[in-house]
Amino acid sequence: MTVIDISASVLQFLLAFVVVAPLLGAVAALLPAPPGLRGKNPDQAVLRHGVTVTGAVLLAAIVLTAGFDHDHPATMQATTDISWIPALDVRIHLGVDGISLPLLLLTALLTFLCALYSYFKPPAGPSAKAFVALVLVLESGTLATFAVLDLVLFFLAFEMVLIPMYFLIARWGGGRRQAAAWKFILYTLLGSVVMLLGILLIGLKTGTFDMVALATDNGRGLTTSVQVIAVLAIGLGLAVKTPMWPLHSWLPDAHTAAPTVGSVLLAGVLLKMGTYGFVRILLPIAPDGMRTFAPYLAAFAVVGIVYGSLACLALARTGAKGDLKRLIAYSSVGHMGFVLLGIATMTPTGVNGALFANIAHGLITGLLFFLVGAVKDRYGTADLDTLAGATGAALYGRAPRLGALLAFAAVASLGLPGLAGFWGEMLTLFGAYSPAEGLSRPAFRTFMAIGAFGTLLTAAYMLIVVRRVCMGEHAPRSRLSPDPGTANSPDAPRPPDGPRTPGAATTPQLADIQTYEAAAWTPLAALTVLAGLWPAVLLGLTDPAVQKLLSGGKS
Amino acid sequence: MTADLGTTADLSTAPATGGLLAADAPSVVQSIDWLAVAPPTLTALAALAVLVADLFLPAHRKRLLGYAALTALAAALALLIPLRAGDRATFCVTTGTRACSYTADHFTLVIQALVLGGALLTVLLSLDDTRKLPAGEYWFLLLASAAGAALLPASRDLATLVVALEVASLPAFALVGIKRGDRRSSEAALKFFLSSVVATAVMLLGVSFVYATTGTLHLTEIATRLDDVPPVLDTLARTGVALTLVGFAFKTAAAPFHFWVPDTYVGAPLPIAAYLSVVGKAVGFSGLILVTVVAFPSYADVWGPALAVLAALTMTAGNVAALRQNAARARSAVRLLAWSSVAQAGYLLVPIAAAAYSSDDQIGSTVAYALMYAVVNLGAFAVAAVVARTHPGNRLTDYRGLYATRPLAALALGFFLLCLAGLPPGIIGLFAKVTVFSAAVDAGLGWLAVVMAVNVVIALYYYLQWTAILFRAPEGAPETTGTATAPTASAPPRRFRAPTPLTTAIVLTATAGILLSGVPQTVLRFASVSLF
Repeated sequence: MTVIDISASVLQFLLAFVVVAPLLGAVAALLPAPPGLRGKNPDQAVLRHGVTVTGAVLLAAIVLTAGFDHDHPATMQATTDISWIPALDVRIHLGVDGISLPLLLLTALLTFLCALYSYFKPPAGPSAKAFVALVLVLESGTLATFAVLDLVLFFLAFEMVLIPMYFLIARWGGGRRQAAAWKFILYTLLGSVVMLLGILLIGLKTGTFDMVALATDNGRGLTTSVQVIAVLAIGLGLAVKTPMWPLHSWLPDAHTAAPTVGSVLLAGVLLKMGTYGFVRILLPIAPDGMRTFAPYLAAFAVVGIVYGSLACLALARTGAKGDLKRLIAYSSVGHMGFVLLGIATMTPTGVNGALFANIAHGLITGLLFFLVGAVKDRYGTADLDTLAGATGAALYGRAPRLGALLAFAAVASLGLPGLAGFWGEMLTLFGAYSPAEGLSRPAFRTFMAIGAFGTLLTAAYMLIVVRRVCMGEHAPRSRLSPDPGTANSPDAPRPPDGPRTPGAATTPQLADIQTYEAAAWTPLAALTVLAGLWPAVLLGLTDPAVQKLLSGGKS
Repeated sequence: MTADLGTTADLSTAPATGGLLAADAPSVVQSIDWLAVAPPTLTALAALAVLVADLFLPAHRKRLLGYAALTALAAALALLIPLRAGDRATFCVTTGTRACSYTADHFTLVIQALVLGGALLTVLLSLDDTRKLPAGEYWFLLLASAAGAALLPASRDLATLVVALEVASLPAFALVGIKRGDRRSSEAALKFFLSSVVATAVMLLGVSFVYATTGTLHLTEIATRLDDVPPVLDTLARTGVALTLVGFAFKTAAAPFHFWVPDTYVGAPLPIAAYLSVVGKAVGFSGLILVTVVAFPSYADVWGPALAVLAALTMTAGNVAALRQNAARARSAVRLLAWSSVAQAGYLLVPIAAAAYSSDDQIGSTVAYALMYAVVNLGAFAVAAVVARTHPGNRLTDYRGLYATRPLAALALGFFLLCLAGLPPGIIGLFAKVTVFSAAVDAGLGWLAVVMAVNVVIALYYYLQWTAILFRAPEGAPETTGTATAPTASAPPRRFRAPTPLTTAIVLTATAGILLSGVPQTVLRFASVSLF
């Protein structure tokens, strides 16, 4: 069953286009704009270019999804396989299946929304040209990570996002951005270089870097000791990226310092590269090694869940001077803990849950970072204590729609049934109840119990945040919000650009959601509801592919 | 084994045909294949021609000498093309084992291409940088050194090897000290000279020990005879092997012997620093590869672990020192490149060490890495030479805002630095590192691979820091200008044209780097085949 019938070669081209187009767009962004596309000023022109390119990529990704054969999501589709470097046996091998397709779509969507958001609200920083080029390189690297089927190419794509993200944080970020950017890149690079060693070990021992062949082999070509070493090395690299609990410390700093768009992309798609690697590489290629480490992975995962929630609770306290962005970053640690727990169960249920939680986290946390960025722009700070004042920031009263959306995202994040956050957490906990054969059942049930406790903690801090940000005393003024009229003229200088702090705490009325903000956020909110009410649309894609991965291509 | 068969065959045929052989006994005069030896010979002849021509050229015409050197090197490079089959050898012994002293196999050709290409780029860097230097001597010394460097990878006996090494090194001492009246230049030359001479002395001692135990100078012969050294001579042989390696370790600036590098690079004229960092290193490496893999394979248990430890020490020492560079210090850019070249030497050593544990093919990774390193490092020096024209201090801080004044040079330097760091967009740098890692993992040197992984991260810090400086707003301009970048870009503070040769060098290296990034197979194929 395909939504629309598209020939195989067109699909092939679409997938290659999705990966390569952002890269070409990035080069084009650095060149001077051709006549006719100059726009009102260079910055506007290049930001528009960003919207065009990411829009085209999103369109291609949607068409690709439509042409994807939904009856056989377990088979690789739209595959390209060209020899690139025979010396290293590296092939340009692209393809999508039910596991990578949702992530591909999510990446294309989030990047497009970010580009759209930046078009109306240019980032405060050096040049828009470089910004657009970097975001496009970032997009290309992320999409490539999800589309490639060669281990060395996967590593290349994994590394490709580092430099753009470094510059996005270091140039367009907020306070302490240099330190945060360094922490991000050095941590991640250390992880990924260690990962390279594991990849080379697998490649040299089996004689191929091809992920499909290796997954079909299901670890039969590797001795257990090689698998253990490979899983340790590759897992370390992926765990840094995910991030897994003791290796997470780069994440809060990076998120706090990054610009809104950077945070959205970092949380929404970059973290997924780590968990995707676990599912795509470690589970099928080195199952024995994975089985050795699964209990430890699960233990770290649940510690991450509890730790992330406790950190958030601490930040949300009155007087803790907690930064909202930092808080959401810590909540990401918790959510990724669920994803890792699901993967560690090594059961179809758990892995499906993990993949679902992956997508849900991308949608919800992306939205949350957008909203917090908007709050920060309006108040000039994301410091929870300053925001809340004595009684609360009263967003419901001052900017009702913004407040409502924030509350929506918060409850989605805590896993309210009916929204996207719920299914992932539930399925991973189910998976932990009966883990795969060979894994200790009591241990995983304990992990499940701790994880379930973590959901309670998540609910606690999310509700505290909603209470402190959205509620509070509000004495409405008679005049309307100051700048709703400027929403439709993108070139006009945005008032929220500069520090609006003078009087912001005392002027109660705030700009509510602007049209461009609504345009950027509605898709995320809508998809959150859709995935919550109709999880089968996602699980139908991932489940057959996961079954096949876990059984080594036999089914 | 084959050698044994050969000798028995000789023995069996000798008495039978004895009478005939006496009549037309093969001449002991060795025949010479002039085409095979053409590349180094042409370079050497050009060196002499330039020196003589210098006497007859008026001062304002001296520039022609530079172009003559350029032409000679290009011609020498072109002469490599008819040799590409890699099957020629000359100066062969006419009797017995027929070992040859000069072999133009694939290894030789690749290294010769690297050396001559490196010298060519050095000439491009020097054309406008050498006004105040004595032109004739400069070009003579450069070409002479290049001739020695081109001879070295082809030599297959210890005597030729030592001679080639000295021909490559002696002119380099003079080149480092060629800035007359510059105290730092003379000091650098003296330092370089003393450490190098010590290395040569140690190496000669080692060579003599090896000769004493084996009775031959031909590398392949040494390899067979070292297999069954009499037990009494075993210690002597081991010492000889170790001392020979120490000599080459000096030349490659491997870890405990690397202290001459930063001062020498900083004191030397900039193009000579570039030359030493690429060609000088290639000389050391090809020599090291020849003695270890070709001559001493039976002592792999001696040099394998030693080189592995040396590699780990070298990369760590280089990177840690580079990390501690003060960006505001005079000539910090060259100093950083000097330390980074020490670190890169460590990576280059890894596959050689790995060759001791697995197969000889590993050294192809060193060759591939050296080719990548040569291209991007010379490119980085070329951009440094451009910057040095406006900022003679050549501090790292002088590179701030280079993107605003010279966008293409800044982009090129950023690309070169990221290649050295081994991160995309420097894809060729990444894959070159992958081959080195792969050699280490394949040889079971897991610990070395992990040390190298940590080093790659350390190195990223200073490479990326430098890259980030390039794209910062220029001194004085506000860091966050929002939309106000256009006016500053249209009115750069001091704009002047970079000289054409320098631009050519940057364009050449950048194009090569980008092409290689797209088609890494061009250099990486050496990593998967046997070069000998």
